[in-house]
Amino acid sequence: MSMQPSGDRETTFIDAISQALWEEMERDQSVFMMGEDIGIYGGAFKATKGFIEHFGPERIIDMPIAEEGFIGMAVGAALMGMRPVVEMQYADFISCGWDQIVNTAAKMHYRTREAVPMVIRGPSGAGLRAGPFHSQSPEGWFAHVPGLKVVVPGTPYDAKGLLKSAIRDNNPVIFFEHKYLYRRLKESIPTSDYTVPIGKADVEREGDDITIITYGAMLQIALEAARRAQDKGISVEVVDLRTIYPLDKETILNSIAKTSRAIMLYEDTRTLGIGAEVSAIIAEEGFEYLDGPIIRISAPDAPVPYSPPLEDYYLPSVDDVVSAIDRLSAY
Amino acid sequence: MQVKSIELGAKELMDVYYYMRLGRAIEDRLNLLYKGGKLPGAIYLGTGQEAIEVGASYALEPGDVIATTHRDMIAQLPRGLTPREVFSQHYGRITSLTRGKGEDNYQGDLKRGMLASVSMLPNFYPVAAGCSLAFKIRKEKRVAMAYCGEGATSVGDWHETLNIASVQNLPVVFIVINNGYAYSTPVFKEMKVANVADRACAYGIPGIVVDGNNVIECYQEAKKAVERAREGGGPTLIEAKTMRIRGHAGHDPATYVAKEIIDLWTKRDPIVRFENYLAERGLLSEETKQNMINRINNEVEDAVQFAESSPYPDGKEAIEDVYAA
Repeated sequence: MSMQPSGDRETTFIDAISQALWEEMERDQSVFMMGEDIGIYGGAFKATKGFIEHFGPERIIDMPIAEEGFIGMAVGAALMGMRPVVEMQYADFISCGWDQIVNTAAKMHYRTREAVPMVIRGPSGAGLRAGPFHSQSPEGWFAHVPGLKVVVPGTPYDAKGLLKSAIRDNNPVIFFEHKYLYRRLKESIPTSDYTVPIGKADVEREGDDITIITYGAMLQIALEAARRAQDKGISVEVVDLRTIYPLDKETILNSIAKTSRAIMLYEDTRTLGIGAEVSAIIAEEGFEYLDGPIIRISAPDAPVPYSPPLEDYYLPSVDDVVSAIDRLSAY
Repeated sequence: MQVKSIELGAKELMDVYYYMRLGRAIEDRLNLLYKGGKLPGAIYLGTGQEAIEVGASYALEPGDVIATTHRDMIAQLPRGLTPREVFSQHYGRITSLTRGKGEDNYQGDLKRGMLASVSMLPNFYPVAAGCSLAFKIRKEKRVAMAYCGEGATSVGDWHETLNIASVQNLPVVFIVINNGYAYSTPVFKEMKVANVADRACAYGIPGIVVDGNNVIECYQEAKKAVERAREGGGPTLIEAKTMRIRGHAGHDPATYVAKEIIDLWTKRDPIVRFENYLAERGLLSEETKQNMINRINNEVEDAVQFAESSPYPDGKEAIEDVYAA
């Protein structure tokens, strides 16, 4: 990677992530990275390819397999004024560092008013035949922990802009990158510096009849379902949450005020998760807008299976969303 | 930078004595307040451990940082923690360093180089290593020191941290206070090695055993390790052998420890031992000692009064400061 003249360029999701990391490390000497195989190997998904050659081993630090250890170290470095970015090889392994995230990082500012500016990045999500330990969507775990911010971008533009915001944020930010999107999704994004604010949802597609609220890789499923519904004359609005915590209530409620019908689409497991929370917000604060039930489409309450027919059954599909749209249109 | 010498001068020795005595007096008073039902929460005392608590901490310099545990309030005293702060914290008042958010000894102040740790052990081993990583990246000649008890050495974080700190050659000193018990569990049920320090060879770093009741030895070995770390020599593991002569927490009479053992270790009181050391060198007369005790008693009395007369936080502050701006 080298300096590019500014302008827009067709960029994959993973390259958008790399750009954000590169530009933030150039911009701010206190930004550095820790993780497994991020140096010469460039990371399991190559997000940091070429980084160690440019930034050196002092700022691109290969770690032994010790997630609890180096996540805890990130907290210490952050307290001393650095801005560590920790890469989980897969988001699934973030549970190995759970305690340092939820007890050390998340509660520090509350107790001491000392900021912990750190980011933990993790490639999350299913669809790659990677089985129960390399496919999870753990955002719900962390969205339940006060003191953390949880970000799950759905487009290359947002991935770059939100990762920059996460690195500049003064709180611990858990940043999940759906790995199915890494090389499958591309769009033209600015090669120059820009940010996307944490805590703001985005109306990705405008519509009048039904709102699909979603995030991450499910955004693409929602958009495809919306296109199919359009053929039947149903106008679907798609809201991309982008940030799971803090949730952008205003954008959610404004959309429901317009369409009066809500579908919550997410890849995390069903019960007591993001869908339940968004549904509760709509039911509590948007009850009078509603013309029908709030429908949740999600992964089932099961681990992510390996075998193709099992995983295909497990994941929400465009067909699932289209049939929910049909059901809800009847109201 | 100017660092303290391995051989402490008269003024420094009296500083060390003051911190040990102050720690003991604060803890004695906390114990009375707890028993009298005056405190909303629990107490975790390090009585009997004053030599290592003060000795190692005193080896740090301004700019260095210390990460302690629930039992190491005394180690924060040489960093500048005040008796008023200690009692305000226990009383849950707005005047405490955590403004009523944190309990017992989970308090800190980065300006004074003391981290506010958490209950999970030894979570601040990696945090201290991370501080030292920041120093290394920025090429600052600063050192981090982490405390924990031998009980916490059974946790994976402990081993992960020693390993990474060694691989990265970090300026960090690891103190393990082996006080005989993890709550009620004796050392022989915790590990099969004779010394925690023996594990250092697994990480390729020096492992040193010190007499945890000899403050001079604690200071000197810590000082050597701190300055070695500062000069790029990497981490050191120091195990201080001592005994927790009170229960795990205020409610715990520690009946699982034989009375003879408590009596034996009470006779080895590190404060009495240091007083003898000072007296032999003509630094401590009965009069100086009494003056010191009177001064400390006044400080503790003032701190209790201060805490008791300090306001509680407003209830609505419970939802503030969850996030940084």
